[in-house]
Amino acid sequence: MPAPIRLRELIRTIRTARTQAEEREMIQKECAAIRSSFREEDNTYRCRNVAKLLYMHMLGYPAHFGQLECLKLIASQKFTDKRIGYLGAMLLLDERQDVHLLMTNCIKNDLNHSTQYVQGLALCTLGCMGSSEMCRDLAGEVEKLLKTSNSYLRKKAALCAVHVIRKVPELMEMFLPATKNLLSEKNHGVLHTSVVLLTEMCERSPDMLSHFRKLVPQLVRILKNLIMSGYSPEHDVSGISDPFLQVRILRLLRILGKGDDDSSEAMNDILAQVATNTETSKNVGNAILYETVLTIMDIKSESGLRVLAINILGRFLLNNDKNIRYVALTSLLKTVQTDHNAVQRHRSTIVDCLKDLDVSIKRRAMELSFALVNGNNIRGMMKELLYFLDSCDPDFKADCASGIFLAAEKYAPSKRWHIDTIMRVLTTAGSYVRDDSVPNLIQLITNSVEMHAYTVQRLYKALLDDISQQPLVQVASWCIGEYGDLLVSGQCEEEEPIQVSEDEVLDVLEGLLVSNLSTPVTRGYSLTAIMKLSTRFSSLNRIKKVVSIYGSSIDVELQQRAVEYNALFKKYDHMRPALLERMPIMEKTATNGPSETVQTNGETDSTILDTKHLPSISQPASQVGFLKHGFSIQTCAHFRSNPNPNIAVITIHATNSTEADMTEFVFQAAVPKTFQLQLLSPSSNVVPAFNQGSVTQVIRVLNPQKQQLRMRIKLTYTHKGSPVQDLAEVNNFPPQSWQ
Amino acid sequence: MIKAILIFNNHGKPRLSKFYEHYTEDTEQQIIRETFHLVSKRDENICNFLEGGLLIGGSENKLIYRHYATLYFVFCVDSSESELGILDLIQVFVETLDKCFENVCELDLIFHMDKVHNILAEMVMGGMVLETNMSEIITQAEAHNKMEKSESEEQVSVGFLASALDRKQRRCIVSV
Repeated sequence: MPAPIRLRELIRTIRTARTQAEEREMIQKECAAIRSSFREEDNTYRCRNVAKLLYMHMLGYPAHFGQLECLKLIASQKFTDKRIGYLGAMLLLDERQDVHLLMTNCIKNDLNHSTQYVQGLALCTLGCMGSSEMCRDLAGEVEKLLKTSNSYLRKKAALCAVHVIRKVPELMEMFLPATKNLLSEKNHGVLHTSVVLLTEMCERSPDMLSHFRKLVPQLVRILKNLIMSGYSPEHDVSGISDPFLQVRILRLLRILGKGDDDSSEAMNDILAQVATNTETSKNVGNAILYETVLTIMDIKSESGLRVLAINILGRFLLNNDKNIRYVALTSLLKTVQTDHNAVQRHRSTIVDCLKDLDVSIKRRAMELSFALVNGNNIRGMMKELLYFLDSCDPDFKADCASGIFLAAEKYAPSKRWHIDTIMRVLTTAGSYVRDDSVPNLIQLITNSVEMHAYTVQRLYKALLDDISQQPLVQVASWCIGEYGDLLVSGQCEEEEPIQVSEDEVLDVLEGLLVSNLSTPVTRGYSLTAIMKLSTRFSSLNRIKKVVSIYGSSIDVELQQRAVEYNALFKKYDHMRPALLERMPIMEKTATNGPSETVQTNGETDSTILDTKHLPSISQPASQVGFLKHGFSIQTCAHFRSNPNPNIAVITIHATNSTEADMTEFVFQAAVPKTFQLQLLSPSSNVVPAFNQGSVTQVIRVLNPQKQQLRMRIKLTYTHKGSPVQDLAEVNNFPPQSWQ
Repeated sequence: MIKAILIFNNHGKPRLSKFYEHYTEDTEQQIIRETFHLVSKRDENICNFLEGGLLIGGSENKLIYRHYATLYFVFCVDSSESELGILDLIQVFVETLDKCFENVCELDLIFHMDKVHNILAEMVMGGMVLETNMSEIITQAEAHNKMEKSESEEQVSVGFLASALDRKQRRCIVSV
């Protein structure tokens, strides 16, 4: 059969294909030719065929039938064959195929070959895709090569050793004696890979870490030589001598110096020298400075050095190169917890980065700004953050809005400012706020008694402008329901009172009920608000009419509400004023969260109306169910004797006294088989830091067999950027909760 | 550790793909497509780092890329690598290719894919940086090529010898 075409011919042919289908056809034809050529066991052209196969593999076509051929090529004596064979092995094979074990013997022989290039190929392949069995067999050979004087092989052996250690960590001790004089090499390639090997060993084992600490003086010396050596053409990159090696050594120094006073002491001088002498006009200089800063922040450096590091980061922020700015913001985010004051000095630059065009930079700047907000700068920062909220991308709006709410809650200088800020967020990014913010806001508004008139007026005006943002509409309708009388009487002190009649207010609320933009939840809110106004307004007939219309609504929730309200007008009119009077001030830690009181208004009405069964609540007994440094969960078991004596109602309060918030907090519980569990929705999923607030959640446990209540709980949350999962058992419920 | 090195052109056609972690063939192609999708959306004056796509490890891995004329050079790395250092590494890689191929262009990468792999193998091994000295890398790559050439010349000369002997034999037979 004719000689198979060369790789170049194949590539040229494929490039002439005008459509995907044509290309596929050509490749299939060639694959068939290659397959028959493989079957004929043709030694001379095998390497050419495998090269073509690798090209087709890169384009995405299946090439697994070439795996055995690669092995045959590796076993051949010719360098050309071996080269393509090893390349094919690296690209096509991995430890999931059984075929790869057949390579072990070939690699072993090649590791002892006379030509260094063949040895190099074998090391390279072993280092790329060696499985744990292969590594175990060949680790001895690699260790031998680590001690050779040939620098070409030594550097490859070092990286191969790193791969072996990653696959089979128990073999780490084997490489220890070979590392003794790795650092005294002159060749930079070997130095570089040796530092990588040492870094890997130190990261994996604390014993190795303490063993290698004695190398710190040597590393410092090498680094010093690199900086002071002047111009050396072979290692020069844009005027700096071997920056890659400098960066590697700095990283190893960081690992060695972390938590250790003596080593950190030894490094202080050289770090200060690098920080001050490195030229910053090109990217390489900045790469070294960046690594230096990270090292200074991680080891136990003296405070002068830390301030120097943060100032370098501040200078980075002013750099024109966006990569540098991005990197600076990332590092500042890592250090803001520990060196808060130093980072505060750069606050204005960080806030300017919010206006950058680059999306990644904006996100980092936003996170950092939230971390920097404190009682002193809250007003100024909030102005900037609100401006940012106006103009940022939709992906950011949710995070930004929740961040603003948190910050406002923690540091609000006055109630009016707080409410103004919330209003601003609701009107600009209303549809992006999280669901739990509505009950939180309602609670906040209820608690600021003196601001009721002002709040309801502003919310009413906002409603007139725009009814599409559901959270805003919900909060507004709730407030109008509660404080509608203040609105109509024009009692506002804080700003110019508006003239509004009862009919106008009812028009707005009815408009919400019929609008297509309102969700069912919003309609529920507005119906309840209209009902509440029946005790505050005088136009009873109109309200009665609206309520009775919705008695036949298709939406079951609305229908139920309307029917119950109707009943309130007809049979229980004497109870109506008491039921619908103003909400009392809600305290955060004692109740189930305002979400339930608002949504279940209908249900609570009916149980109270049912005068035969009065709920009796025994003295709540609270105890600490779970305590872990800074984070505690208190359980508060209520017991309702009626309507169902077997139900125990437990309220959990989660508080957090650490300095960082716990976000995405999810509480899960499991009970033994004889119990049944119902978890109601939590008040929020962010537990603020420093005991600023708590998350409450209600659990109802049905205990028909009156057994002792035990519960296994699982908490998942994100703390300081990393996800945490905790499991615990709670057994100390008081006897009256289950007897 | 470097998880993958990808080179593709402005239309997403792969010119080189080397993975240092195990993925199936389908996943590899999907990763190339996903990376192209993420990188091609980026504006020219935006920073060169972005979070990795979902297939390649999500937000733990970063994509560091550089755009030269018609080619994107993308290195997917995890958090143990310095981002600015990798940017410099890409620059060194491209300059090395330039020296090896004399004013390298996309066609050189297309037609000499195996040579590009060999140069890369001298720089990055098992996901870790092996050698960053340009002259050292070029010397090694040239030594490899010389070995290959000498082998193929041997083959040609052996074949020549064989065919010369063959002709002599025939002349002998004819003369006889």
